[in-house]
Amino acid sequence: MRYSDNLHVKQKGIKMKQFIAFVNKEFRHIIRDNRTLLIIIGMPIVEILLFGFAINMEVQNITVAFYDPSPDAITTGITERIKENSYFNNQGNMPSVAKMEEAMQKGDLDLAVVFQQNFQEDLVQTGNAAVQLLANSSDPNRGSISATYATAIIAGYQQEQMELMHIPFQIQTENRMIYNPQMKSSYMFVPGIMGLVLMIICTIMTSVSIVREKERGTMEVLLASPLKQGTMIFAKTIPYMVISFIDFIIILLLSYFVLGVPINGSLLLLFLVALIYISLTLTYGLTISTLVDKQMNAVIFSAITAMIPVLMLSGMIFPVGNMPVVLQAFSAIVPARWFIDAVRKVMIQGQGLFMIWKEVLIMIGMTIFLLGVTIAKTKKRLE
Amino acid sequence: MIEVKDLHKSYGKSGKINALNGISFNVNDGDIFGVIGPDGAGKSTLFRILASLIMPDSGTAIMNGYDVVKDYRKIRQIIGYMPGRFSLYQDLSVEENLKFFATLFDTTIEENYHLIKDIYQQIEPFKNRRAGALSGGMKQKLALSCALIHKPEILILDEPTTGVDPVSRKEFWDMLARLKEQGIIILVSTAYMDEASRCDRIALIREGELIASNTPQGIIDDYSDILWAVEGSRMSAILRELRKYEKIKTSFAFGDKIHITVDESLQIGELKQYLINRDFRDVGINPIEPTVEDCFIALTN
Repeated sequence: MRYSDNLHVKQKGIKMKQFIAFVNKEFRHIIRDNRTLLIIIGMPIVEILLFGFAINMEVQNITVAFYDPSPDAITTGITERIKENSYFNNQGNMPSVAKMEEAMQKGDLDLAVVFQQNFQEDLVQTGNAAVQLLANSSDPNRGSISATYATAIIAGYQQEQMELMHIPFQIQTENRMIYNPQMKSSYMFVPGIMGLVLMIICTIMTSVSIVREKERGTMEVLLASPLKQGTMIFAKTIPYMVISFIDFIIILLLSYFVLGVPINGSLLLLFLVALIYISLTLTYGLTISTLVDKQMNAVIFSAITAMIPVLMLSGMIFPVGNMPVVLQAFSAIVPARWFIDAVRKVMIQGQGLFMIWKEVLIMIGMTIFLLGVTIAKTKKRLE
Repeated sequence: MIEVKDLHKSYGKSGKINALNGISFNVNDGDIFGVIGPDGAGKSTLFRILASLIMPDSGTAIMNGYDVVKDYRKIRQIIGYMPGRFSLYQDLSVEENLKFFATLFDTTIEENYHLIKDIYQQIEPFKNRRAGALSGGMKQKLALSCALIHKPEILILDEPTTGVDPVSRKEFWDMLARLKEQGIIILVSTAYMDEASRCDRIALIREGELIASNTPQGIIDDYSDILWAVEGSRMSAILRELRKYEKIKTSFAFGDKIHITVDESLQIGELKQYLINRDFRDVGINPIEPTVEDCFIALTN
């Protein structure tokens, strides 16, 4: 009895020593490979800055012109407000609507603001006056956003005037955009970049690091040793888990301090969501490593099954709601979609665990499924 | 004690490529056992089966009482395996590699230093150098140290001297001879026939089949042909002429000589005259003792 107890303790001890030695070795591999190190630290920084400044999906520099047949205090007020706004680039007043259309056709004009005749008079007498917003929708996104901006400015002006003049205005331009009033694209892509970077680190790097051992022949030596496959696989994931968290923190810091994205929800919950997603993507990396034998194949396989879906189907760039139904259904199996949803809810909207239980459960379910596949596919031998 | 019985292994779809086709042999305790054959003979497949890395299609292999299929966990504790190509971590230093493998086998460098001392001392001055930056001979020494660090009962070395310079090759065999004194069974494969004499017993294999298994001297003693060595200046022209002569059974270029086996009725003078008549005036012909390679060629013909 006592003997077997001791043996058991000794076995445990060996496993722990092996495990630590293996984790240690993995860290050395990473630290000594400058390219890997550069990718790990550089990638989140570059992506955040790239998406934050270069690939700006916000609509800016909207060229706007005004047609005001009977200038008065209110039309001038609205005109001034729009001119002042930093998103607009004022082209001044135009003599006719026809001229504006001409400019629009040439592409010189994004938005035309057309006031009706006797704007103030009608407004004061009937409580009703019309402004027409003509948006150049050759780029539909830009067109609709330009019109929305202008509507919001006019509505704001009305609100002020109503309070000042105590006149009951009829026109109510209700167009409120919640959570992202300026439609800042950084709010959209920061969770996306988290999803992407963690996927790259966890899935691609983990699978490549295991497959590298197969390709270089070191797996053969490891297999011929008493090291258990489970110990090895678990040890492989530890360094990448640590690195993922470092990258996650880098992204959080950069988006908070550089891009000004707020963290409205619980930071702890955000880390919990990240931990679940990291476990999921690490497990997926392990799954891939059981399916391929060459590093190049691991990269290609991960890129096709992990990276492209993150970019295309996760809602990072293209909103899931705008996708065809088939792709929407397909996006449901993309892990990053659930992570990005959960991060948006917690980080931007400030919601609690209760509102993201579905995303969390789906990610945990996926992890368990992939872990099962990995265990079933892990070989005790070379073939 | 290793007992290999009727191992079969085939690869490819529907088993088209026969890597091993019924190999059987025994290895005695404390022996250096050489598995000798050309590239593609099935040496690596055989060693991987013995190292429990792949499973045979049929047949059994028992190593010190443990079955390589059923008791693979136990096998992996008692063997030291060194694959055909250098399979250590190139980005880790010499010492880090050795330490890592020592820990995998739940031991330390200090505990078994006496075993590897001879070998490791030669690379110890470079212990902080990354393994990838070592010369071929030093890589072999490091790989052998790593395979030995846990004091294995059986050492399995797959073509350890391939691609190593002649001096390092000789050193390597000297090291194996010293390890043998520690009572370790050493299984070693090679494509160099001249290394056969360093083994206690050898198995000659070709295309997955065992041709002969004996002591190197036993194999040579079994050689029954009359063997002569022919030397001269225009070797390839001589070889062409020799192959036309009906009293010569076989003729092979062998280093800077030609080894021929001849009919009993042929006299050296007769053959010499034959060559002189064909304008080869500077030839020398001498009867020689066969080498293992001569035996291999004779056995495979």
